[in-house]
Amino acid sequence: MTLYDQLPALVVAVLLFTAPIAYMLRLHGFPWAAATAAVVTSFAVACSLAATVIGGETIIYEMGGWPAPYGIVLHIDALSALMAMLITGASSAALIFGYKSLADEVGEETAPAFFAAWLLCTAGLVGMVITGDAFNIFVFMEISSLSTYVLVSAGPDRRALISTYRYIVMGTVGATFYLIGVGFLYMVTGTLNTADLAARVGQVEDIRLVLVAAGFVSVGLAVKAAVFPLHAWMPNAYTFAPNAVTVFIAAASTKVSLYVLMRVDYAIFQNSIANHDIQLTLFLVPLGVLALFVGSLLAIYERNLKTLLAYSSVAQIGYIALGMAMTSVAGLTGAIVHMFNHGLIKGGMFMAVACLALRYRTVNVANLAGAGKAMPWTMAAFVIGGLGLIGVPLTPGFISKWYLVLAALDKGWLGVFLIVVILVSSLLAVIYVWKVIEVAYFREPRANAVPVTQEAPLAMLIPTWIVVLTGVWFAVDSSVPVGLASSAARTLLGVAP
Amino acid sequence: MIFSEADTIFYALMIPLVGALAIALTGRWPNVRETVTLTTAVALACVVWSLVPTLQAGGRPELHFVEMLPGLKIAFKVEPIGMLFAALASGLWIVNSVYSIGYMRGNNEKNQTRFYVCFAIALFAAVGVAFSANLLTLFIFYEVLTISTYPLVAHKGDEATVKSARVYMGILLGTSIGLFLPAMIWTYSLAGTLDFTPGGILEGKIAEPLVGVLLLMFAFGIGKAALMPIHRWLPAAMVAPTPVSALLHAVAVVKAGVFTITKVFVYIFGIDFLFSQPSHRLIIWIACFTIVVSSFIALRQTNLKRLLAYSTIGQLSYVVLAAAVLKPLSEIGASMHMMAHAFGKITLFFAAGAIYVASKKTEITDMRGIGRRMPWTMAAFSIGALSMIGVPPTGGFISKWYILGGAIQDDNYLALATLIVSTLLNAAYFLPFIFAAFFYEEDVKPARPHGEAPWPMVAALTFTALLTFAFFIFHQPIADLEAQILVK
Amino acid sequence: MALLGLYNYFVFAVLLMIGLYCVLARTNIVKSLIGLSIFQSAVFLLYISMDKVDGGTAPIIQEGVENQVFANPLPQVLILTAIVVGISTTALALAVAVRIKEAYGTIEEDKIQEMDREP
Repeated sequence: MTLYDQLPALVVAVLLFTAPIAYMLRLHGFPWAAATAAVVTSFAVACSLAATVIGGETIIYEMGGWPAPYGIVLHIDALSALMAMLITGASSAALIFGYKSLADEVGEETAPAFFAAWLLCTAGLVGMVITGDAFNIFVFMEISSLSTYVLVSAGPDRRALISTYRYIVMGTVGATFYLIGVGFLYMVTGTLNTADLAARVGQVEDIRLVLVAAGFVSVGLAVKAAVFPLHAWMPNAYTFAPNAVTVFIAAASTKVSLYVLMRVDYAIFQNSIANHDIQLTLFLVPLGVLALFVGSLLAIYERNLKTLLAYSSVAQIGYIALGMAMTSVAGLTGAIVHMFNHGLIKGGMFMAVACLALRYRTVNVANLAGAGKAMPWTMAAFVIGGLGLIGVPLTPGFISKWYLVLAALDKGWLGVFLIVVILVSSLLAVIYVWKVIEVAYFREPRANAVPVTQEAPLAMLIPTWIVVLTGVWFAVDSSVPVGLASSAARTLLGVAP
Repeated sequence: MIFSEADTIFYALMIPLVGALAIALTGRWPNVRETVTLTTAVALACVVWSLVPTLQAGGRPELHFVEMLPGLKIAFKVEPIGMLFAALASGLWIVNSVYSIGYMRGNNEKNQTRFYVCFAIALFAAVGVAFSANLLTLFIFYEVLTISTYPLVAHKGDEATVKSARVYMGILLGTSIGLFLPAMIWTYSLAGTLDFTPGGILEGKIAEPLVGVLLLMFAFGIGKAALMPIHRWLPAAMVAPTPVSALLHAVAVVKAGVFTITKVFVYIFGIDFLFSQPSHRLIIWIACFTIVVSSFIALRQTNLKRLLAYSTIGQLSYVVLAAAVLKPLSEIGASMHMMAHAFGKITLFFAAGAIYVASKKTEITDMRGIGRRMPWTMAAFSIGALSMIGVPPTGGFISKWYILGGAIQDDNYLALATLIVSTLLNAAYFLPFIFAAFFYEEDVKPARPHGEAPWPMVAALTFTALLTFAFFIFHQPIADLEAQILVK
Repeated sequence: MALLGLYNYFVFAVLLMIGLYCVLARTNIVKSLIGLSIFQSAVFLLYISMDKVDGGTAPIIQEGVENQVFANPLPQVLILTAIVVGISTTALALAVAVRIKEAYGTIEEDKIQEMDREP
């Protein structure tokens, strides 16, 4: 029993154990330091797990030694490892980046509780992706959701509170729907282990219960994933949360719910429900298309920069939904790669916004006039992120779009329609990105505005640029994310690698 | 050859990029900064031109970079048309830098460092486009070119300029993401590759009427070629300072457009395959339409730069027409015209900028009699105009000769008629202005009396005017180089 | 009748809808949260009622007793977890409600929305 064998459990355990320590030791700066250390360790563990599974292996770890299907097993394959890297990576980046920004927005007294919540949130999200038990997913989902509510409510503006309340209500309804679905599945199969469920659901005679379960699970996860039209909690939650929190949750939290949706749909329902892929297409395509258009249009008219980016996220989640709807290897590869790429892009952009907020004390677009000259490096990072949203080559967005369009070409007339939608929404992204660029670079600051002469502190600029340049790196040499994503897509669809 | 061929390509790409960084760092010391620009331009031209002997001997230097998507690399391969484009862009950048120094200082422009940095990046992108070995690499650098020229177009920064720059970006990004990108991905899904191959990669993989659809997607998706109705960005880009209009919108950006179309026709579709498809006639009709209509619109322009913009739109379609005729002489003519038009148009734009710096005049109705005050400038302008019309001994005559030859080889009476009519229209909008500039009395007095523009500008435009003559005399080696693309 | 035997599912459905209606239709935050609690309790009932076996007893093994019929312990365990989650959620939500009262002076959602409207 070496440490190496315990890595799957360690990636969550480190975070869980550090949370109370961060809460109890109330020295100045210690909670942040403890949280960062734990998350970075977790990231390292996640990377080593990814290195093990990239060849197509799967790691199965039995908690407490209890064998499946009696015990809870952790099931890590390429997709889980990619998601775990994304979550812990986003968390570390946001923490390292956010020291100054969080010290500014979250007071000294709430810091211990805040960072404990941060650790629990990361633990919950990572737990969701590595576990192989359907109910365990619910438990970790709620751990992460509750701590996310705490994180969001720590925002300095009082509207953070009401946004948190609305998020709580919608999130709980979603999680409860998921629980109902899992309950029905347990009723018909008698097991909660995902691999076992996949085998047994196909043998159920009365398909109606499975369909109902599928419906509840999908809607519940769609609420958590902010799929249109169940996205209403997201823009305000992102806007009024502390900036570093937005970096983290924009990059990671909705993607995890989409991951669970993918797993549940492809691993469990694909084999049992006839015409599942057609039903999935009918369900996700209209929602994805609407998400793209409504999200982009709302972003164009939005005056608050964080809300603008949040609506842009609604649209980008539409891309992932469309990729999932095209139940082909190329489509799923596009969806999974976009989960990763969008995390990089939006993480970088929200970091740039946090830098701007630190200096300008506002995130209203009109008040950011002249930011191009006052904070050139910050704005340059924002511009590269924006180009990624549009899908210009040399940015990660291009790789995702390539796969999505390539997958759509195989789908006949529906595919042509989807290609048009994908490309038109990219052009809508040009409009809202360019709106910000024009204000920042070509408009003079207002006469009564507070003059900003300083660039953001290096401690914030460097992580921002590391994230942005990592994105560009993965856009030029996409072998790692694309390799993991296509291997994951193949596993999900049951195609031989 | 000092370096290996692959290294030469690498340096050709790195030099403008490193130069951009150096310019950004030396921004505070204008004279050092200008020296860096000139040094970069000269270095780039030397490296690029050093590849010419290899090309003439039939060599095709290659450089492979990283694999961006499975099976698709960012790769470079130099072939005759690309060599011509790169040599043209890099050589004229030196002249344009000299001119820019005169213009920017003469006009006391702001944000000069940003200007020179973006220029260097734009040249990096142009060389990337010229040397790309597959359609994906070309698309990457094509987009870099669009984005790096935006700050140059929006340079002035006032409300009207930013609005025009919006049109510029909107049309170019809209067409490239909306049409060029799906066309490229479609091609990839049909052919399994995007490498530029003599003879094309689509033979047998696609049939009518889809060939027509794909062809139109490329033709309109490659917005930089300014085929109507995707032409509005070019007059909108005229809000840029004249050095930008001169090098980019007479040479680098627009030539990247028609160069891309030519490469797509020759190396993606393949000359023989495309000729066998009736859809290629569509391109000929669109090109002829663009030539004639743009000439008519040019007749009605009073702003000198807008007139030159519409003239450019027509001239670009000459290249597209020549490429689409798909006969040996016209393919050579397409490449030759890229060069001849470049020399002529850059001279015309240089002259327009010189007139603006010296007299602040932009409308041709105000420019009567200006030939008396600025003889060198107007003389150069006249030479450029004659090249556009196609009168010997200017370079435009040579390229028109080849294109006409190709049209005759094809028995294409539409192309012949279009060429003749457009020649007459070109004369109609250039000659009266030149006549009025030299032989009429000055009726709109300038704000203060002036002579010629600052000397770097005059030197530049004289040089490019002489290049037009030089091209007329020394065109044969270039024709021979371009003829290599016809050998399979 | 088979349908009457499924009365636990009807109770579950009715409670679910009552809870959901309460969440949506009440503007007072505390009342909405009460609705949320009802909503979650419905799910608890679903799980527990499904695991009752006819004639089954509490799932505790007793020495010396053979052939016992037990009710299924697994859903009971699951629901304990879910109840804990529900309590935490309610507690957190009520804490947020307290802070909303401190910040806005009211816990009526429509008044809060009016106060938040962009000036």
